[in-house]
Amino acid sequence: MLPLLQAAAAGTHPLQGTAASWLWAVPLLPFLGFLINGAFSIVSAYHAGPADPTLAHGDGHGDRHGTHDEEHGAHGDDHHQVKRHPFAMLTSIVGPGVLLLSFILTAAIFFAMHGAGEIATPFIQRYFSWMPVGDLKLDAAFQLDQLSMMMMLVITGVGTLIHFFSVGYMQDDPGYPRYFAYLNLFVFFMLLLVLGANFPVMFIGWEGVGTCSYLLIGFWFSDKANADAGKKAFIVNRIGDFGFLIAMFLLFANLGTLDFDAVRAASTSLQFGGALVTAICLFLFLGCAGKSAQIPLYVWLPDAMAGPTPVSALIHAATMVTAGVYLIARTGFLFSIAPVAQIVVVMIGALTAIFAASIGLKQWDIKKVLAYSTVSQLGYMFVGVGSGAYVAGVFHLVTHAFFKALLFLGSGSVIFAMHEAYHHTGSHEDAQDMRNMGGLRAYMPWTWALMWIATLAISGVPPFAGFFSKDEILGGVFARAQHSTIADAHLFGISGSAWLYFAYLLGIVAAFMTATYMTRMMIYTFHGPNRTGDKEREHLHDAPWIMTGPLLVLGILTLAGGWINIPEFARFLGPVGALERWLDPVVGASTQRVIAGAAETSPGLEYGLVGLAVLIAIGGIAYAATRLDPKSLVPKREAVPEEGFEKVLLDKYYVDEIYDAAVVTPVVGTSRGLLWRGVDAGLIDGLAVNGSALFARFVGWIGSQLQSGQLGTYAWVLVIGVLCVLGAVTIR
Amino acid sequence: MSAFLTSIGYQHWVLPALLVIPLAGALVIWVHGAVTRPRCAPGGDEVATGVAAAPRGWALATFAIEFVVSLGLWWSFDPGNTGWQSVVDWSWIPMWGIRFTLGIDGIAVMMVLLTTLIMLLAVGGSWTSIRARTHSYYALLLVLTAGMLGVFLALDLFLFYVMWEVMLVPMYFIIGIWGGERRIYASLKFFLYTMVGSMLMLAAIVYLGLAARDPATGLPNFNYDWILQHALVGSTTAKWLFGAFFLAFAVKVPMFPFHTWLPDAHVEAPTAGSVVLASIMLKLGTFGFIRLAVPLFPAAAMSPTIRSIILLLAVIGIVYGALVSLVQPDFKKLVAYSSVSHLGFVMLGIFALTVQSVQGALMVMINHGISTGALFFLIGMIYERRHTRLIDDYGGIARVVPMFAAMLTIVTFSSIGVPGTNGFVGEFLVLIGSFRTEPVFALVATTVVIISAAYLLWAIQRILFNSLDKPENEHVPDLNKRELAVLIPLVACIVWLGVYPAPVLRRMEGAATKFVSQVDARRDAMVTADAQSAPEVQP
Repeated sequence: MLPLLQAAAAGTHPLQGTAASWLWAVPLLPFLGFLINGAFSIVSAYHAGPADPTLAHGDGHGDRHGTHDEEHGAHGDDHHQVKRHPFAMLTSIVGPGVLLLSFILTAAIFFAMHGAGEIATPFIQRYFSWMPVGDLKLDAAFQLDQLSMMMMLVITGVGTLIHFFSVGYMQDDPGYPRYFAYLNLFVFFMLLLVLGANFPVMFIGWEGVGTCSYLLIGFWFSDKANADAGKKAFIVNRIGDFGFLIAMFLLFANLGTLDFDAVRAASTSLQFGGALVTAICLFLFLGCAGKSAQIPLYVWLPDAMAGPTPVSALIHAATMVTAGVYLIARTGFLFSIAPVAQIVVVMIGALTAIFAASIGLKQWDIKKVLAYSTVSQLGYMFVGVGSGAYVAGVFHLVTHAFFKALLFLGSGSVIFAMHEAYHHTGSHEDAQDMRNMGGLRAYMPWTWALMWIATLAISGVPPFAGFFSKDEILGGVFARAQHSTIADAHLFGISGSAWLYFAYLLGIVAAFMTATYMTRMMIYTFHGPNRTGDKEREHLHDAPWIMTGPLLVLGILTLAGGWINIPEFARFLGPVGALERWLDPVVGASTQRVIAGAAETSPGLEYGLVGLAVLIAIGGIAYAATRLDPKSLVPKREAVPEEGFEKVLLDKYYVDEIYDAAVVTPVVGTSRGLLWRGVDAGLIDGLAVNGSALFARFVGWIGSQLQSGQLGTYAWVLVIGVLCVLGAVTIR
Repeated sequence: MSAFLTSIGYQHWVLPALLVIPLAGALVIWVHGAVTRPRCAPGGDEVATGVAAAPRGWALATFAIEFVVSLGLWWSFDPGNTGWQSVVDWSWIPMWGIRFTLGIDGIAVMMVLLTTLIMLLAVGGSWTSIRARTHSYYALLLVLTAGMLGVFLALDLFLFYVMWEVMLVPMYFIIGIWGGERRIYASLKFFLYTMVGSMLMLAAIVYLGLAARDPATGLPNFNYDWILQHALVGSTTAKWLFGAFFLAFAVKVPMFPFHTWLPDAHVEAPTAGSVVLASIMLKLGTFGFIRLAVPLFPAAAMSPTIRSIILLLAVIGIVYGALVSLVQPDFKKLVAYSSVSHLGFVMLGIFALTVQSVQGALMVMINHGISTGALFFLIGMIYERRHTRLIDDYGGIARVVPMFAAMLTIVTFSSIGVPGTNGFVGEFLVLIGSFRTEPVFALVATTVVIISAAYLLWAIQRILFNSLDKPENEHVPDLNKRELAVLIPLVACIVWLGVYPAPVLRRMEGAATKFVSQVDARRDAMVTADAQSAPEVQP
């Protein structure tokens, strides 16, 4: 029904009539999956009646709480027999199936686009009129260009792999269809986000993914910590969404449109570096800081690890959290004329990169390490897109999707194995604490090898994917510090050039930390002696192939993914700058605006920068490898608490506590004490409403005193009244 | 469809029929009660004894007919025609120039449809929760409906006032008789608050009718259009008259600081009472601003000072309502305060006076009716099971009542305005429209997207999620088919109006545009006229 209504506006577009006309089906397929899995979930819940009240909650197995306790409740001591959800089989087909179809269609569209040659304008499909109000004409419309194409490939591609992994990871969970319903819905919204042809449609996706994230973080909602984490994610994201909304209002009030195409055209009328465009960009960036977990709004992401691990891989590493980076690339035509906003983006990104990396150095929970690592890597991406190196930032988005998804799924395999091992012996140790791991290499060789590949990639060791993209960001920011429109601008009286050099320095230091904390994680998890427990040890093993298979594919992508944008100095690997040429119609002009026609850095300097980056990466790995001794570690329950700065790092600089004291407590306190009890109950109800009631009663009391029934009183009143009247008349 | 409606002369009888049907239903129930009641045991559980079967069956049938009849308006209404449609104009009290005039525009159509839908569902929501004096209850519910519809339909100001009072009385009894523990205090507060305003409104209406005296006959004239053109009053008088209307409507909306009757009334009212109060009666206040107070006195309403004060109160209400919601221990009270916040958006939209903001305000009126109605239904349903509204008495019940949890979650997302639900469309339009004329107020109001997420998500977490730690919650039955039948239409509206609101927006566009342009034009005209005739007025 949808595409038949209107496919107009694209008219003579080269993609008309190709596979791209099926664009609408790409998000619709996951949405169908959501409806079907949702129905499975609702129907089964409805027929099951009240749940078993014996499902009381234990503690200690980290991630996989729900599963564990459900099994205990239902089956006592028999650990092997698991009661699957009645619709588990169908869900396993529908859930990943719709994603696979969606990916195949996306691939077909990609080839159609690739074959169509140069496409300078986006392919826009308008379906129906969404909010037609006066001069505000908002359509439900999708736009396909090179940037959204690339995002679609990442979302459906990595998404499909993670869906398959989830089949193995989640199938014993009593909420299995509900899980896939949420996951499918998430992909639908994520595709809406990247395909939306105007800001509000993108915003549907933008908040929709947040909603799914909320539902999935709190998937095991019976644990207050999980429910808290989901709520926190949503509310913190909403702070960002406030910025997104204000940016839209500013755009509409000043440009009169919210379509990307029309805004791009109208943006030429905006004054370069003017207050308006700077404000728009800063408000947009507030939205990005919420969604992509940047200072000061990053606090929700580490807590979001409460969700199932595949969710962390898909939503909180590969796709949703990169939406902010995508937004800046999408609106590059605005950011490129707001250099002050660009400096802010770069600095926030760089500070987030180093701040989160430093916290990652001391975490014990394997997922927390990866969470802070994600925050830190997102910081790099913002340094890239913020400095106008849009291709570099987006490139890192892609490679990060590969290697971070691999790391998260790998950690999922580890947790899965640890959990099963503890489950066999019925012990309640923490399955996510690295102090309880160690030496897993012997038991999980596949996971070990693949995670090392990802670790080398994120550390920036050539020729893995992360090396190319991170190097391009750092090289890009260095080049722009030398000469660009940003370098010429000033923030707080300091030149943009100085800010960018500073950002480069922070990036280099953060790169060293990255290599260090990742190596630390690998050593503590896979090397040295095993600390899991004597009885548990024999149950540790690699995950089944439905889980390891996706890891393998991601491993290959992590190895070779960097080759989609080979730099000049490595031209022997293949065609140079494929991604850059691919994205040129979307971000090329904006990039040129920023570098203002300046030549790239000289080859000698470039080799120097690359060499430095490689040295930093290897140095970080070597530092961790030589300084850390896994043999000295003891299991979590025997560990002594940290002290000094280590404790500050472990407790994440107490930022959550500071926010609580500075914002949450005062707001709640004021609302309760001053507004509700004070203004509402005290002032309005107490004084005004009941006060006027009292006053009315007082007047009534006077009246009742007058009607005493005593003739004498009446006579007196009469006399006084007559005298008054007479007096009034006389005086006149 | 329109051809069929024309063939049965739908346009000519629909509006009076909408008033007659519920009144006839009420009469039938009342007579039935009067005839059979002596045989029943007084004060017993009438649902258990079967006494309730007849009145609630009659009420359901009447409301179903009423809803079906009203549904024709969706097709018979012509969005391209900005005049009054389906008009009937009968002589009523000729010696005072009062006529029985009914008519609709796009705004009234949507309000009528909202009313008939919500009232039909309200019967479902009262089905087992009202167990005493069911005859009177359902009869009053029907009279209430006639009163509310009358307000939306009236084109004669005196008729408007009569209907305004007609609906007040049944609600007073519904709260006072079938309410909770503090029902007497709440119903009295509700009655007095509203009465103070409406007395002043009556005075203003009489003044206007006399001012618009028909030169030929010398009789007063209360016709809306006539008064709009002929009741020319000086700017000072206009301010006083606007003040009288303002008080009547602001109490009803309710605007900060006239809102304190609302939490009490909501908490004490039975489920259907709360639903009707929130979904429809509050809209009568904002409807009054759009229909009467602002168009009649554009120069007064939109004078810089008065407009700023109202906008300020609206924005205070938005933020204040949200903040106070945050700390409510009683879920019903929480939703009541959230209404103060949502209705603040409506006022902001109306007084920001752009096409987008006014259309947004109208959408918020509809959306709030649907979402908050659904929330009160849901609270009523869980209250029937556990007999507590305190949030802390729940916890973790999502695993016991999954269907309830799913419904509550969807409705919550709608209430906090997640895009894709109806809630977003209204709020977004209000804010984007207001930002054009009042950026500072709009900016402050936008912060509520954060607070609203906080108060509702925190509340549903403490109800649905966390651990199931109270034994009395472990065997709560999930929603039954009747309850689902009440909720599913509302959830369907939530999705429909979020994804495809265009048909609704198109139907209201004519009236909204007319409102904005008319107020703009007449404000300027009156200011010029004043400057010529009354030089003492400050510009």
